[in-house]
Amino acid sequence: MRRFLPLTGIAVFVAVWQLAVVSSPGTLVPTPWQSLRAIVELGEKGLLVRYIVASLFRVTWGYLAALAIAVPLGVLLGLWRRGEHALNPILQLLRPISPLAWIPMAILWFGVGDVSAMFLIFLASVLPLTLATMHAVHNIEGVHLAAGRNFGLTGPELVRSVIVPAILPQLIVGMRLTAGIAWLVVVAAEMIAVNSGLGFLIVDARNAGNRYDLVVAGMILIGVIGVVLDLLMRRLERLPGVRWGYVTE
Amino acid sequence: MKVAFRNISMTFGNVKVLEDINLDVREGELICLLGPSGCGKSTLLNIVGGFIAPAEGEVTIDGERVTGPDPRRIFVFQERGVFPWLTVEQNIGFGLFRQTDKEKAERIAYYIQLVGLLGFEKSYPRELSGGMKQRLEVARALAVNPDVLYLDEPFGALDSITRLQMRRELLRIWEAEKKTILFVTHDIEESVQLADRVVVLSARPGRVRRIVEIDIPHPRDLSDPRYIKLRDVIFGEIGLAHQV
Repeated sequence: MRRFLPLTGIAVFVAVWQLAVVSSPGTLVPTPWQSLRAIVELGEKGLLVRYIVASLFRVTWGYLAALAIAVPLGVLLGLWRRGEHALNPILQLLRPISPLAWIPMAILWFGVGDVSAMFLIFLASVLPLTLATMHAVHNIEGVHLAAGRNFGLTGPELVRSVIVPAILPQLIVGMRLTAGIAWLVVVAAEMIAVNSGLGFLIVDARNAGNRYDLVVAGMILIGVIGVVLDLLMRRLERLPGVRWGYVTE
Repeated sequence: MKVAFRNISMTFGNVKVLEDINLDVREGELICLLGPSGCGKSTLLNIVGGFIAPAEGEVTIDGERVTGPDPRRIFVFQERGVFPWLTVEQNIGFGLFRQTDKEKAERIAYYIQLVGLLGFEKSYPRELSGGMKQRLEVARALAVNPDVLYLDEPFGALDSITRLQMRRELLRIWEAEKKTILFVTHDIEESVQLADRVVVLSARPGRVRRIVEIDIPHPRDLSDPRYIKLRDVIFGEIGLAHQV
């Protein structure tokens, strides 16, 4: 019974949606069925896969670039208190600025196109990932660091054999939450800068003849892909070397 | 002389935790550092281990001044010290990065057997009991063949039956491996059961009040009058009458 509750929730939502549209004659809002049809139409035109791949491509590279910078930086700041004190005000100041506020800067520096979109993903991801890494380093058990040093590890060896495995469970949670943010931002980023992707689809469908069925189709696709990304990231939490971080004894 | 403490004092802020500790430890000796909570005995062990520098004085091992942690002397924390992200065999092999694969595998196999963890090679620490984790940490320490072991209240978190078993295990391993052991505890009975000599520390600031030689051969009979006598001497030294 419990397994059907989530499905029931979706069914009720779709029913209410259908009813609302049917009882508002002349509305531009499509019915659930029309929206599904729009997805099929995208598939037939070959745009479905193309747009999804385009969006995922931008998210992946922006996100990976952020990861490549944020993890080393977070480890450094986590271990080096003075560096943290020096940089923390800047990080806190940048944090409330929405990545979308950077759109003009992105266009100024990288022009209109893929790189701008990826840059916005990068900006959206790099800060939360840095902070997540830094906090994870703070939470390392002192005895683990002491034991690593006792066995003669220093510098890069200590980072590789103790610090990285020790922060991994918490880092993976940060990575998962940040992947959600990155996906949220790609759609907005594509609304300005590019001519493909799910964000572009939504803006383009409205501009090119009020195709609100395509708008909703885009929204549905974004939601479904977001859920799938999250499920994939969750699988990382089941790796044998990180499970200790989630189970309480 | 294996380990020599010379005029060790330590302060944290304005609080003096250790005052003028002098002690000589012979090679192969099992020394218990005994004292009430907060007397600085763990701090003292951390100073010998090279994790903290003393405010005054110095520790030498084999005549060499201690300036930092060293793989020749391994510190065993309470069971929390094992790496939760590594399996039993990976934990034991942690310090063996300079050995060949073959030598590493042999040592792992030997110490798994020595501490009675056969069959748990691929298990993670979370799947082990407290006593097993403690034995794992001892095995990880022994695997790098250190000449001194530092144990900081290693059995404090275990139940009393497991604690008795672990003491017997430790004595067995100590007799097999001939290590010098410094063992910190606040448990009087534990110190009399294990040590060659018990170093009784005073309450803060910790000072050496008395060193009691436990001249009873192992295995020790806990109802032996000599055992009871020495235990009572220490009880008296700490200022407790052993009546409940």
